[in-house]
Amino acid sequence: MSKRIISILMENAPGALSRVVGLFSQRGYNIESLNVAPTEDETISRLTLTTIGNDQKIEQITKNLNKIIDVIKLIELSESSFVERELMLIKLKAVGNAREEIKRSVDIFRGQIVDVTPNIYTVQLVGDNDKLTAFIRAVGEAVVLEVVRTGISGISRGEKVLSL
Amino acid sequence: MEKLSGGDLLLRALKDEGVELLFGYPGGAALHIYDAIFRQSSVRHILVRHEQAATHAADAYARVTGNVGSVLVTSGPGATNAITGIATAYMDSIPMVVISGQVPSSKIGEDAFQETDMMGVSRPVVKHSFMVKDPSEIPTIVRKAYYLAASGRPGPVVIDIPKDMTDPNDLYEYKFPESVSIRSYTPNVKGHGGQIRKAVKALLGAKKPVVYVGGGSIAGQGPELLTQLVQRLNVPITSTLMGLGAYPSTNEQFLGMLGMHGTYEANTAMHNSDLILAVGARFDDRVTNALDKFCPNARVIHIDIDPASISKTIAAHIPIVGSVESVLTDMLAVIDQSTDGLDQDALAHWWKTINEWRDRYGLYTQNRFDTTGDIIKPQEVIQAVHEVTKGDAIVTTDVGQHQMFAAQYYLFDKARRWVTSGGLGTMGFGIPAAMGAQFADREANVVCFTGEGSVQMCIQELSTCTQYNLPIKIINLNNQALGMVRQWQDMNYDSRYAETLYEDSLPDFVKLAEAYGHVGIKVTKREELKQKLEECFAMKDRVVFMDIYVDQNEHVYPMQVPLQSVGDMFISKTERT
Repeated sequence: MSKRIISILMENAPGALSRVVGLFSQRGYNIESLNVAPTEDETISRLTLTTIGNDQKIEQITKNLNKIIDVIKLIELSESSFVERELMLIKLKAVGNAREEIKRSVDIFRGQIVDVTPNIYTVQLVGDNDKLTAFIRAVGEAVVLEVVRTGISGISRGEKVLSL
Repeated sequence: MEKLSGGDLLLRALKDEGVELLFGYPGGAALHIYDAIFRQSSVRHILVRHEQAATHAADAYARVTGNVGSVLVTSGPGATNAITGIATAYMDSIPMVVISGQVPSSKIGEDAFQETDMMGVSRPVVKHSFMVKDPSEIPTIVRKAYYLAASGRPGPVVIDIPKDMTDPNDLYEYKFPESVSIRSYTPNVKGHGGQIRKAVKALLGAKKPVVYVGGGSIAGQGPELLTQLVQRLNVPITSTLMGLGAYPSTNEQFLGMLGMHGTYEANTAMHNSDLILAVGARFDDRVTNALDKFCPNARVIHIDIDPASISKTIAAHIPIVGSVESVLTDMLAVIDQSTDGLDQDALAHWWKTINEWRDRYGLYTQNRFDTTGDIIKPQEVIQAVHEVTKGDAIVTTDVGQHQMFAAQYYLFDKARRWVTSGGLGTMGFGIPAAMGAQFADREANVVCFTGEGSVQMCIQELSTCTQYNLPIKIINLNNQALGMVRQWQDMNYDSRYAETLYEDSLPDFVKLAEAYGHVGIKVTKREELKQKLEECFAMKDRVVFMDIYVDQNEHVYPMQVPLQSVGDMFISKTERT
């Protein structure tokens, strides 16, 4: 069992996303994270889906995804070398001494403070899933007020391209 | 160019698609469509008494003809009533198009009268679904829906049409596309050549091969090619519930059905085989029993058009994705060119062993039920009907013991004569399915084997049979209990019959049949069974309801022992393999 990332090109049509999500609940698969947006071709959406499973399970998932009529093409990104990024917006309680401390952590993690009040920093951080989790651990959960994560986006390294 | 309303566009497109029959039930959101039906005469509408029956009738029509079945229902309850039949077709991969009315676009999401999210409700049980957003798209959507339903692994497709899309005041140009292509949909029909050669090599190298066929082998020329392959190699063949008729059941190479209530010889041969050639079958749990104990020494060749069916439960050593028709054609060609052949000594020994199994507990080498008592046994009813109909009826069933007895004892020699709800196991399927079958073949004897439990789930369709002169023959195996559940209660719950008995509340089925204008015949004695059946089938143009009282204590055997191997079976109430 390991984390797997599947990239899907599908019709940018009403109901298409519900078919993908429905498949996972119908067949008892888990979705760890999911993000979706149109591509440069407005008729096509790209969906990145993170799930957990062994080879046999992932094979069934990809076969069943391929059966969905709206799904045009897909690859399992994690099958070969790929780049993974996730964006996090996090609101932190920043008062007194902690203010400087948090600023330093943001710098170390190469984040940006995108909004400031006398008591709060709102930080934007981009990285892989582990890095974002490590940041939360570094500043300490006690100062975390709100977390928004986009879920993983990914793309293959090198010449490999997922397109029609 | 002539301009048509959305409703007329729909009917014109159905006509151009070649649709002859539309099973349905009207209602508010579908009224513009019904008015369009009134204006034309190419597509005939059949008014059922419940939307579930419309889907089952269309399903059976598809199973018997091989064409797509068509259904029209209204929104809300009309649509939800159709769901059971859509799910039935989905589980058995039956091509069907279901058109549902919907509340007007402007009302969607307002919890309007008779509004249901049909796209959402049907999503898990359809191959695909469309919602019409622009009436001019109707012909293209119809074309796509029928193409999707019939091609690849067939299945039901829903077209949801909001009422304003069929407004008679809005007119559009009609253009029926000559062909459709869907960029995300390219079913793989032709099997991989290398895999096919590998499969033939493995098959010819086997010492104890078994061919295991399912519902997928019925399509196209599947049955003919299968028969050629099996007879050329002289190998044994078994079938799932869904595959019955793909290979002639009375041929000696046929071992009978396999699985939970499969024959001893079929299940035992599977368990002891060294090679399984699975053709259009999906290793369903009613076949495999415990996966970890499944056929320990067998290599598996799996032919299926749906890649997701391959290695889903049982890993295939040689997977071949393609249509049964195409793959078997290619396999036969490879066998023709092959200089190798099966080891004939090994094959002879294999047949000798199989024939010993047949002699031991076979269903067809001896009567495995006791006919010394007074009360009629369900098995002998099936045998008698087989005899009276000369084995050539189209048989539909409901679900339960009678279904398994029919599968075991009505030996099908042709494909598309056996219409049963295999995957979903839908009680209430039998009568509407018989109607659809009779529409598909007006000359055939259509027999519905049912029980007093199942038959009451769609009994209202006796009225539809009257309206359309559908002379189906209903054989009610009346054991006055929900027999299959009762059998499980006998075997696993110390005969505690929780809610499987009716406390003398059953209707008088003879009077009930007569109330609908049909003939009812009650049979309680063995000596009158044959003669009453002859009388029944002599009434060519009447619906006859045969209410036949059978032994409540009879169990269906063989029965696989739960959580064990394919070959581990109860053979009778007292014997286990």
